[in-house]
Amino acid sequence: MRTVTIPFLFAVTLLAVTLCVTPSQTQAAAAGVGADAKATEASQPPPVATPEQAATKAKGANTFNRLMKPKSERNPAQAADGIHDPDNPGTPQLQPPKEAFSSLATSNAGNYINWVQSLKTNAVSPRYDRLDPNAEALILDLDIVREVKGSMPDVVYPHDRHTAWLDCSNCHPDIFIPEKGKNTISMAQILMGQKCGVCHGKVAFPVSECRLCHSKPKATAAKPK
Amino acid sequence: MFNPLQNTNRRISPSVLFLVAVTFLLPASSGMAEYADVVLNRHAEAEGVRPVIYPHWFHRIRFRCKVCHHELGFEMKVGANDITMAAILDGKFCGMCHNEETAWGLEHCHRCHSGLPGLKTGIRGGDKAGGPGDY
Ligand code: HEC
Ligand code: HEC
Ligand code: HEC
Ligand code: HEC
Ligand code: HEC
Ligand code: HEC
Repeated sequence: MRTVTIPFLFAVTLLAVTLCVTPSQTQAAAAGVGADAKATEASQPPPVATPEQAATKAKGANTFNRLMKPKSERNPAQAADGIHDPDNPGTPQLQPPKEAFSSLATSNAGNYINWVQSLKTNAVSPRYDRLDPNAEALILDLDIVREVKGSMPDVVYPHDRHTAWLDCSNCHPDIFIPEKGKNTISMAQILMGQKCGVCHGKVAFPVSECRLCHSKPKATAAKPK
Repeated sequence: MFNPLQNTNRRISPSVLFLVAVTFLLPASSGMAEYADVVLNRHAEAEGVRPVIYPHWFHRIRFRCKVCHHELGFEMKVGANDITMAAILDGKFCGMCHNEETAWGLEHCHRCHSGLPGLKTGIRGGDKAGGPGDY
């Protein structure tokens, strides 16, 4: 499904974008048709793009941030998100993500929400118990530093920011044996959806945010020999 | 299936890592669904109703992960829970909350069964890690 839809949507978008960024050309084409039809009435020269129009056209094709998604396209409403059926009577009842997120702290990736910050500042106050709104989370304050070979800063795994949301049994022992050094973790595994990638890249901030995990600069980095 | 990511030793070369990263990062920009929307369509369409879209992001605003993935017993792996309408009506899975008490009830079929036909079960919205959660 995905393999079919995405190139298709891409083609449609490309078409739409092409139509938008080359108004001078489309106008010229439309005028051209008119001119042809009226050719017998008046012998006007065929419309030619003015230098300004040519400049606009060149700019339109060669923009900055060509491969970046514009902010306005983030968090689309359900009817336009490509998976909800706009004709389904329930779809308009659903809360658009932009509305739900309007008061939360923002970030640069995933759903563009900084969930750690939003929880800390009570912008969200998710229940820790299904029914009891006053149940308090049991937070373990224990940072695990994982040394990384090469130049990347070391990884600091913070228990506090995870146990604010999760139970110990969500990770131990199925994903991680609770003993420092008993687990091998690599970026390749994370990108394949294992280890940290069980959540990061799926429901928590994605792998593109290197610095959030690789947060401890090497003590010995950049020391000349 | 040949898997280029298996058997990578710890000294994975930066270029390989870069390629891997690019492979996963690029398609994300054309993803449209909300990050962490879950499509559930193991039975729905075959039984003549629209696929279910479960807004994971919406629920985490109201409940910590622990409530569903520990207290209520949802496996943290898409497709690993055998969710059926009969089980929901019996008060399991979504039915633990969508019971007219914690949240609105099951008569609002269209709020859950809201997907376009043909969607495959899986997590949506610029998922930048591959495969199902694997552990
Ligand atoms: C821990 C309790 C809980 C569970 C489990 C749960 N939900 Fe919900 N759900 C809620 C609450 C609370 C709301 C918000 C209700 C309201 O707005 O009054 C909600 C709202 C929704 C909405 C509407 C979102 C919107 O835009 O307003 C959908 C769709 C939904 N749930 C689907 C599901 C599906 C599908 C499942 C099972 C896979 C499920 N839920 C399981 C508690 C739950
Ligand atoms: C999001 C996943 C996650 C959660 C939730 C989690 N842990 Fe951990 N835990 C880890 C990781 C990752 C390590 C590091 C393992 C390693 O270095 O090999 C770890 C290590 C540990 C260690 C070993 C520390 C050491 O120095 O040897 C203990 C003990 C531990 N966790 C206890 C807990 C307890 C208690 C809870 C619940 C309050 C908990 N963990 C919740 C991921 C988690
Ligand atoms: C069971 C799910 C799960 C696993 C496994 C997991 N995380 Fe997380 N992590 C989360 C959630 C949820 C958050 C809250 C932020 C969010 O949702 O984006 C978080 C937040 C973090 C933060 C805090 C970022 C900040 O803004 O302060 C760091 C750092 C982090 N994770 C690193 C790791 C590392 C490293 C691993 C693997 C050793 C790991 N996580 C494994 C779920 C997980
Ligand atoms: C969710 C947390 C997380 C994020 C985000 C993350 N990393 Fe990592 N990274 C890790 C962990 C954990 C290790 C393994 C550390 C160890 O050896 O124990 C690692 C290891 C590495 C290594 C060492 C080689 C290897 O594969 O083990 C490199 C290089 C690396 N990361 C680069 C990156 C780059 C570049 C990014 C951003 C595109 C990134 N990482 C984002 C957690 C993360
Ligand atoms: C709270 C969300 C929710 C509501 C409300 C809901 N469903 Fe479902 N329904 C599901 C989920 C989740 C599945 C399993 C989806 C899958 O994997 O195919 C499902 C599956 C089904 C199936 C597939 C066959 C089966 O037994 O699993 C049918 C038919 C169905 N629902 C009909 C209905 C009808 C009719 C209503 C309204 C009276 C309704 N549903 C209301 C969530 C819901
Ligand atoms: C209201 C219930 C609820 C809450 C709260 C919740 N989840 Fe989930 N989660 C689900 C459901 C339902 C699924 C889909 C399961 C399925 O397809 O069988 C799911 C799927 C997942 C998956 C699997 C993704 C994949 O691609 O395989 C992960 C990982 C996950 N959740 C982690 C989390 C984390 C981390 C949190 C907290 C930030 C959280 N969940 C909060 C209900 C919840």
